[in-house]
Amino acid sequence: MLGDPIKFVLNWGRRYSLWVFNFGLACCAIEFIATSMARHDFIRLGVIPFAHSPRQADLMVVSGTVTDKMAPAIKRLYDQMPEPKYVISFGSCANCGGPYWDSYSVTKGVDQLIPVDVYVPGCPPRPEALLAGIVKLQEKIAAEKTGLGRKWQRDVTSLQTPLIRPE
Amino acid sequence: MTTTTTVATGSGFSSEDMVLNIGPQHPSTHGVLRLRLTLDGERIHHAEPIIGYMHRGAEKLFEVRDYRQIIVLANRHDWLSAFSNELGVVMAAERLMGLEVPERAVWARTLLAELNRILNHLMFLGSYPLEIGAITPIFYAFRERETLQAVMEEASGGRMHYMFNRVGGIKEELPEGWTTRVRQAIGDVRRRMPEIDDLIRHNDIFLARTKGVGVLSAADAEKYGCSGPIARASGFDFDVRRDEPYLAYGDLNVPVVTRQAGDCHARFECLLDQVLVSLDLADACLAKLDQLTGPVNTRLPKVLKVPEGHTYAWTENPTGINGYYLVSRGDKTPWRLKLRTASYAHVQALTTLLPGTLIPDMVAILGSMFFVVGDVDK
Repeated sequence: MLGDPIKFVLNWGRRYSLWVFNFGLACCAIEFIATSMARHDFIRLGVIPFAHSPRQADLMVVSGTVTDKMAPAIKRLYDQMPEPKYVISFGSCANCGGPYWDSYSVTKGVDQLIPVDVYVPGCPPRPEALLAGIVKLQEKIAAEKTGLGRKWQRDVTSLQTPLIRPE
Repeated sequence: MTTTTTVATGSGFSSEDMVLNIGPQHPSTHGVLRLRLTLDGERIHHAEPIIGYMHRGAEKLFEVRDYRQIIVLANRHDWLSAFSNELGVVMAAERLMGLEVPERAVWARTLLAELNRILNHLMFLGSYPLEIGAITPIFYAFRERETLQAVMEEASGGRMHYMFNRVGGIKEELPEGWTTRVRQAIGDVRRRMPEIDDLIRHNDIFLARTKGVGVLSAADAEKYGCSGPIARASGFDFDVRRDEPYLAYGDLNVPVVTRQAGDCHARFECLLDQVLVSLDLADACLAKLDQLTGPVNTRLPKVLKVPEGHTYAWTENPTGINGYYLVSRGDKTPWRLKLRTASYAHVQALTTLLPGTLIPDMVAILGSMFFVVGDVDK
């Protein structure tokens, strides 16, 4: 077990250097970009939108409609992220299906695939809402107990299994 | 059976085709388009776009929504031209109902459609250079976008999805003094547009990446059903606003921006020049709007039913022709509402544009087709 001072330092470091992987799917991705631009500028909160791939990212923002066809790719990319990792579900579609709640092809919420830390409501949410969501996530990280990662272990087999199984 | 592989030098290479998968989550596809490329070295032999990763079943959902609710979904398939998408739905419904839209609403719609066109183009003017390595223009583009979004939001309440059209007019009265602020915003954008223009249009690196790359001939553009700036950049001179005017475009002089080259740079230039045209059109709409008085919407019954019949309403959306084929059986929901989108046609053209090019050119070509994946997959 880690002592309180080192836990504080670890959590403090984590909360202000969130390399973000934008899983831009639909309309919400445009608002995500707007949030990263000069007017709203989430880089001042330590959210860095330059992660080259999920393997270098700490935070995944799922912005947009998740479809059943897209679902395996989302799971795969989430599994590729190193621990500790966090997910923000941005917008109604990613939260619960949103206006496509009765569609035959839309997954009703990304939380059916991967664990979500913060839900940001709206269709699409305003950039201010994403900023609020990020601050909420940072508060959550600051209050983390274990210090080293979270309870669940990453599913190692998921890295090797192919997306489409050979017949 | 024996297989022979030549390994000696002097007799040339024997090469095998490689299949490369791009996407569905790849920065250059700006969205979730997937491409299956067959490569010979770095040259693309064959390209097959695989679509459907953003298929949300909008057309089927239209059939279980009434005409007010349809606007919500219609907004969202092409998220960068939300206002123009709403327009087609209400125009189709109004035509079947034989509804006369108040003049002020028509001009307000025209104004908002042009502002929406500018917003859409600014997004691509920023993101396209970004995709091929120039990060600066997007910051300028988004500054202008925020300026225009502020006035759009003041009128409609939405930053992206306006929900401002209603069957028979627009949702509500425009705010007091709004036209003055719109004029101010348009002036600001017009004053600052040269900054984006100077940064990128004649930039050497940008020219090297885009000039002569991804040439789409006018014949191919027509064959694939391309429209809007993509087709006009190839010299295919067609614009619904001028050739089959809807809204108030009949009373306006709509200059149509065309190019002959058909390459990535021509497509980009079309977009850039169209912004200036749209700024002028928006100013003309404002001048007219200030003179008009009267209502902006029509009183409708509680349950809105569209009489039996069918019609096709098409609009010149920012990225091309967007059409709705509405079949009504007299219910409060449509029997069928077929959606014709511009990006769907543009993505098909990739199958002829990409073969023969290099992989780095693929990024330049994909970006220059200005497609929105939601518009492809519906």
